[in-house]
Amino acid sequence: MESSASEKVILKAIDLNAWFGQVHATRGIHFQAAENTVNALIGPSGCGKSTFIRCLNRLHEEIPGTRIEGQVLLNGEDIYTKGIDPVSVRRKIGMVFQKPNPFPSMSIFDNVAAGLKLAGINKRSLLIEVVEKSLRQAALWEEVKDKLKSPGTMLSGGQQQRLCIARALAVSPPVLLMDEPTSALDPISTAKIEELLIELKKEITIVIVTHNMQQAARVSDTTAFFLMGELIELAETSQMFTNPKDNRTEDYITGRFG
Amino acid sequence: MTKAVIAGLRVVIPRVKKTSKKRDVHAGDRLFFYSLRGLGIFVLSLLALFIIYLFHLSWPALQRFGFHFLVNDQWNPVSEEFGAAAFIFGTLVSSLIALLIAVPVSVGVALFLTELSPSRPAAVIGFLVEMLAAIPSVVYGLWGIFVLVPLLRTSIEPCLRKYLGFLPFFKGAPFGVGMLAAGMILAIMITPTISAICREVFRAIPRSQREAARGLGATRWETIRLAVIRSSRLGILGAVTLGLGRALGETMAVTMVIGNRDEISWSLFAPAQTMASVIANEYTEATSDVHLSALAAVGLALFGVSFVINLFARLVIWQAKKRQAL
Amino acid sequence: MMISALRDRLSVRDVRRTMVNRLMLTILMLASVVAIFPLISVLVYVIQQGWPALNRDLFLLLPRPVGEVGGGMGHAFLGTLILISMASAVGIPLGIGVGLYLSEYGIGKIAVWLRFAIDLLASTPSIIIGIFAYALLVVPLKHFSALAGSLALAIMMIPTVARTTEELLKLVPIHVREAGLALGLSRRKVILRIVLRGSIGGIMTGVMLAVARAAGETAPLLFTAFNTSFWPKGIFEPIASIPVQIYNYAISPYDDWHQKAWAGALVLVLFVLLLNVMTRLILQRKPTVRE
Repeated sequence: MESSASEKVILKAIDLNAWFGQVHATRGIHFQAAENTVNALIGPSGCGKSTFIRCLNRLHEEIPGTRIEGQVLLNGEDIYTKGIDPVSVRRKIGMVFQKPNPFPSMSIFDNVAAGLKLAGINKRSLLIEVVEKSLRQAALWEEVKDKLKSPGTMLSGGQQQRLCIARALAVSPPVLLMDEPTSALDPISTAKIEELLIELKKEITIVIVTHNMQQAARVSDTTAFFLMGELIELAETSQMFTNPKDNRTEDYITGRFG
Repeated sequence: MTKAVIAGLRVVIPRVKKTSKKRDVHAGDRLFFYSLRGLGIFVLSLLALFIIYLFHLSWPALQRFGFHFLVNDQWNPVSEEFGAAAFIFGTLVSSLIALLIAVPVSVGVALFLTELSPSRPAAVIGFLVEMLAAIPSVVYGLWGIFVLVPLLRTSIEPCLRKYLGFLPFFKGAPFGVGMLAAGMILAIMITPTISAICREVFRAIPRSQREAARGLGATRWETIRLAVIRSSRLGILGAVTLGLGRALGETMAVTMVIGNRDEISWSLFAPAQTMASVIANEYTEATSDVHLSALAAVGLALFGVSFVINLFARLVIWQAKKRQAL
Repeated sequence: MMISALRDRLSVRDVRRTMVNRLMLTILMLASVVAIFPLISVLVYVIQQGWPALNRDLFLLLPRPVGEVGGGMGHAFLGTLILISMASAVGIPLGIGVGLYLSEYGIGKIAVWLRFAIDLLASTPSIIIGIFAYALLVVPLKHFSALAGSLALAIMMIPTVARTTEELLKLVPIHVREAGLALGLSRRKVILRIVLRGSIGGIMTGVMLAVARAAGETAPLLFTAFNTSFWPKGIFEPIASIPVQIYNYAISPYDDWHQKAWAGALVLVLFVLLLNVMTRLILQRKPTVRE
């Protein structure tokens, strides 16, 4: 397992195991992500990458019957320490989901501001400032700046997803998790979001699950290959795709399965 | 079983002229269709007859009292002066009290069952709430007379009078029977209706909404507020309106605990009368034709109100379902 | 906004959010308790008060003259049985027929109006249905009758049965009907033999619920079937029924009658709950019927 030595590790998973009832979904994962990088998680369906990413913001434990063991360090501190409220974890580690899910009863503005309002920020001027900044970061500002009051569901699929990204960014999380964010979108929207990620990483760190290897190759600095609940290989993207160390990684990348 | 159904149908439907003697499959189909359609027309005519008869029965009173009937609060069989205002007041106020109590409880139960409770206890609790609806009205009335009313008379009403007696609602002698008792019993009876519809509405909200809120770092309650309640306002309104519709027409339990006094009063402790309860009380003892007709007119008014409220409720729910489909 | 340490000096706001969260969740749980409490109370009282008076005499004897202790309500039990049977004989076939029509031929003006009519009937207060039956059968015959009472109950049963039937039949997928037609069965046979027969279990639950409801209804009987203190004499005569008897006994000043009212209520509640539980069990075995 390698990472660029000169960069600071912001997120680290140590021996992470997760269960769905009796099913051992992720086994002994050791993972790390450096600051201001995009880290892709690839692997065939059902290999545990979605489960793993949900362990990173303690969303996995919301499902009844699940269990987690191991550590996840954000800036050196374990988010699973007893006494830490998962709610506070999720404000520092944001998430964007596969299917865009803006709040239907809210306007675009209110959607982006939702996280801020939860955090107690009600000052109108501050809200306006942060909403604009987040929408710009999500490359959506130009398209919606005249209709901030219209419902979030009025946008196209790609725009809705960027809205969700803006919503997650509004609370300035240092880490953003993305679970197959473009798999439900058309190629053009996908491309727009990929461009977005490359810009975004200058400010935050991104972990993205993708079933699309070309996407991983295009956007990520580091890639992790998952198979049957285990992390098989974690390497710099260019290296993984040209010279993978493990046979199974090579098989997957060359398309022999999955 | 099917033979019994067909036999039953044949009894009720007038004979249709058959042109061909052949046991032709198509003729059989046509006969079947016309039989069923005839059934439908029969039921429709039944309803039409229903409404005509209601008007017919109420006509003498309507003719004699006109619209004044609705605002006059004098109900005097002896002098043959009849005005339904006291009953309209009684119906509205008791239903209002019922809603004030039942809506928070029902919405709370529905939220608890869909958002918080694990599935096994939720099934049991949900079943119990629905069983509230199965208990006959007269049994609630019986319980009301011997359990609720004494409780009100000895504990709750004196307590309310002591602490809140400066308000006009809590003045007067605590009899136990009265508007408050009726409101409380109604609340119990409409809770299953409201909560059942709320549960459907909440269940219809996709899981991704809740995930989105959770992902933003919302607490469980904040998730419920953001993802569930905000999107369900119309559906909740529909549920409440349907509950109101039920409360308006409830007869027996109300009759048995409301005190049956044809008067309007500000106090919740005062005995009162609703449109449904006055009919139940006086119909068999009506002293004159006018009296009977006046009661039928009250029934007509009740029918009208109930019809409008239920129509409104269905419109709201239909609109809520449309919005969900987006 | 800086990345602050996770082991938070939790801000005041966060503490408040947590407390609000706990408070609201507790309130929601309390709401469930409050909702169920009356049910428990009613059941407890009905059992407690009614059980001692539950004996053979209750079912076999007639009431004694006013003020005397003893006797029973046998005539009311028999009366309810008769009323329900008569009401079902009309209400169930009509209800199923309407439900059939609406689900199989449910397009067109008549169907639209019919659905509206069924909804209207379902939401009409039961006492008004009593007025109608009164106008239709009591006025011309000049006295109260079991027939009028059954008519009122039948009208109340029709919407429940019709709605259940329609909903269940609609659940039968199109390809089942097509399979029947492809086999050469006429449309009528497809409906009756295949579609209806398959859904009969679910339809029975609608019927059971309608019967349960009819058994407990008092208001529509008050001035149709009225009440008597004697064994049922004929369908053109007034007839006693359990709910009306409970009502009369409950508002009377006699303790003995109060006790009998509780006993009657116990029987009624058991009957109704039994039917409801059976409905549940039947529906649970058919996963396609529930959502």
